[in-house]
Amino acid sequence: MKIKSFKSGMARWAAGATAGVFAALTVSAALAEDLTVYTAVEAEDLKKYAAKFNESYPDINIKWVRDSTGVVTAKLLAEKNNPQADVVWGLAATSLMLLKAEGMTEGYAPAGVDKLDKKFVDSANPPHWTGMDAWIASVCVNTVEAEAKGLPMPTSWKDLTKPVYAGHVVMPNPNSSGTGFLDVSSWLQMFGEGGGWDFMDGLHKNIAWYTHSGSKPCKQAASGETPIGISFAFRGAKSKAKGAPLEIIIPSEGVGWDMEATAIVKGTKKLAAAQKLVDFTVTMEANEMYNKGYAVVAYPGVAKPVEHYPAGILDAMIDNDFEYAAINRKAILAEWQKRYDSKSEAK
Amino acid sequence: MTDTVSTTITTSPAAPIRPTLSRDDIIMRLSMGAIAIFLIFAIILPLYTMLSKSFENKAGDFIGLQNFAEYFSTPALFLSIFNSLEISIIATFIVLITAFIYGYALTRSCIPLKRFFRLVSLVPLLTPSLLGGISLVYWFGNQGVAKGLLMGEKIYGPIGITIGSSYWVFPHVLMIVITALSITDARLYEAAESLRTSKLKTFFTVTLPGCKYGLISAGFVAFTLIFTDFGVPKVIGGNYNMLATDIYKQVIGQQNFQMGAVVSVVLLIPAIIAFTVDRIVQRKQVALLSARAVPYTPKSDMMRDTVLFLFCLIVAIIILGMVGMAQYAALVKFWPYNLTLTLDNYNFDVMDGGGWDAYYNSIRMGLYTAFFGTIVIFFGAYLVEKGRGFGAGRTALHMIAIIPLAVPGMVLGLAYIFFFNNPANPFNFIYGTMAILVLASVTHFYTVSHLTAVTALKQMDPEFESVSQSLKTPFYKTFSRVTVPVCMPAIFDVSIYLFMNAMTTVSAVVFIYASDTTLASIAVLNMDDAGDIAPAAAMALMIAYTCLAARGIHAVITWQLHKKTQAWRAR
Repeated sequence: MKIKSFKSGMARWAAGATAGVFAALTVSAALAEDLTVYTAVEAEDLKKYAAKFNESYPDINIKWVRDSTGVVTAKLLAEKNNPQADVVWGLAATSLMLLKAEGMTEGYAPAGVDKLDKKFVDSANPPHWTGMDAWIASVCVNTVEAEAKGLPMPTSWKDLTKPVYAGHVVMPNPNSSGTGFLDVSSWLQMFGEGGGWDFMDGLHKNIAWYTHSGSKPCKQAASGETPIGISFAFRGAKSKAKGAPLEIIIPSEGVGWDMEATAIVKGTKKLAAAQKLVDFTVTMEANEMYNKGYAVVAYPGVAKPVEHYPAGILDAMIDNDFEYAAINRKAILAEWQKRYDSKSEAK
Repeated sequence: MTDTVSTTITTSPAAPIRPTLSRDDIIMRLSMGAIAIFLIFAIILPLYTMLSKSFENKAGDFIGLQNFAEYFSTPALFLSIFNSLEISIIATFIVLITAFIYGYALTRSCIPLKRFFRLVSLVPLLTPSLLGGISLVYWFGNQGVAKGLLMGEKIYGPIGITIGSSYWVFPHVLMIVITALSITDARLYEAAESLRTSKLKTFFTVTLPGCKYGLISAGFVAFTLIFTDFGVPKVIGGNYNMLATDIYKQVIGQQNFQMGAVVSVVLLIPAIIAFTVDRIVQRKQVALLSARAVPYTPKSDMMRDTVLFLFCLIVAIIILGMVGMAQYAALVKFWPYNLTLTLDNYNFDVMDGGGWDAYYNSIRMGLYTAFFGTIVIFFGAYLVEKGRGFGAGRTALHMIAIIPLAVPGMVLGLAYIFFFNNPANPFNFIYGTMAILVLASVTHFYTVSHLTAVTALKQMDPEFESVSQSLKTPFYKTFSRVTVPVCMPAIFDVSIYLFMNAMTTVSAVVFIYASDTTLASIAVLNMDDAGDIAPAAAMALMIAYTCLAARGIHAVITWQLHKKTQAWRAR
């Protein structure tokens, strides 16, 4: 009897739960036009971006899908046969170049694109992507740990190969992280093929470990896990603002960079709305918005200095040859892997 | 033998006697078919779409074994196999021994604070595995408080991976071990006692053989989970390459799905070995809980209980030390330079807008996963274990149920994109909805739940089925009136397991959530990525408290149920 009463209770509960589930799974209808936007922009900035956009276009509702650069790129490529995104706003330009090569982007010249710095616009006509801001490599040095370990402040990339830094440098693995690849490709461009690998041979001797994420080395420097982390300026400035004892170094030889950029996904059913959004992303006010976190933006004359960013960062940016990087990516990564990744133990 | 019972004899004397299927048999086979179709759509087909890429080039043309040739000619890639094997074997032994002693103490001794120990053992399940990695860094990293304990060794590498893996796999293994230990027949112990068998001998001749099957299953679960996990090595692995981090490098770092698929195929091999061994062992398993079984009630033993209590205490302290450190780090101003305590980090406004929505989405997903998952998994396990006829089919079902364990969440997520985002797929409509997240979570955590259910069912005497069959009771009645009530503790363990895992999983869902279905666990990962460790910890703790609350409700329900359905266990 007990079992029976229990069972009927279960049955009632199950019926109720099932009904609830079906009600909850039903999708509610949307009012304004929804635009699905994939992005790798920091989550806290997304709200501001959308609010600013809605000031000009109140009837377009941005639905963000945010993740790290690698995940968003992989997701876009995996969805290639049936794209879910309408627009990509805020993804590494090198990723968008990859998508363009796969025929996944729609050419469109947004109104006012001619006002942007040429470096920040795809050379195709009409352009397939437009840049927003630059994302610049730098070295984060923890001043407390550096002092405790008696490390001199490095001023150049070559400094980092000195024996004094042995075991004190952390950098992203270029096979896992776009930032890591950006560093490697910039060294090969600056020091030449032979010089670049020689430099990395020296650097490898000093590397404590390679990370899988580009921001991690700077975060680890901020918390003292390592005295020196090769990362990018944006992350360094953010950590510094939070009170980390960091010095952000721009190596004297110059630094590699990539940009955050925007593109329309080919085959979107909401082309008109997508174009409106992209029009907005190249405006002066949008660039002023990017300038809140990034020192270098696509719209000339807009950029004001950003707190905690090292001085002279604009001049240090190398003349990055994105085409070289894209064409040789596979070979560079294979060579890197062969030289530095085939040993499992740390050194 | 059982077939003859259900055979109805045809009346025509001339026709040869052919056994026909009874109505009951037909319903049973239809049910098996339904579960099979579910598993095929949830596991086999998506995996096929993903793994077939290992034989394709970038353009999608078939190129045979070329990718595999490339893989095995790149030492940086294939040497990871040995690293993964080494770590997994060592960590499996650590976890298995720890979980066995811990589980033994909880089920077969009279130590105090059992409920507390049981609760603590679940703690690693309460938070995303990320938190364990963060704690290890705080404890043993270069700034770690207990760095000295490592005697100059680095936590970043094999040591960190082994500790971190053992920590997060512990509750998974313990669940199976406890299930295996808790169903036993006290008459065996009474017999041993009256024969004056020594306690040690009783342990080796009664206890161990009785839970052997569960232990072996648990061992393979631990091995495969560690072998395929990428969360721990990613956070704390340093330069130590593992297969799972290689997939990460290929898929996320280089968007090389083909090579990612090759590594995934390599990862599947241990699952196949596990399955084979599992089958061989299982053949020898005899049901412990015969229809005449008497439940075992431990008697107190000062010496044994003290030792076991101390052991549990140490394990509990280690587990609490791990979360405690994460909690502490979330409460200090700026680790490690300003250790003043502050509640600033609990300012939820710092979280992005999706924060609370994501949290509620997670709860919804957890509940659906627990509800639907438990039904499908337990019924599936019942059919596999207690079903009649269709032997090959049942073996196949069991095999398919083992597969998800060997599939890293990331691979499953990608497979779901490739499979469900295809416009030609009739189930395309679930893409981008809550349903696909639920399906992915159920699938991702299918194996451990399935094995728990099977372990519980296996210990029930098949006589229950034979008797009900000879009484012409349809199987579904036996199922709902005998099997389900008897297995209720295991069923509820499965549901809470599914709920908690769905709340904390990241890798399985990171590719398939959409803007309306953001999840709290992903918010944690992203906030940590963005350097907002404080709100990340706050959100992780919200998840933990929710799981804890769920666990509390679960305990109350289990207790009530125990009174209602498990009274027969006591004499």
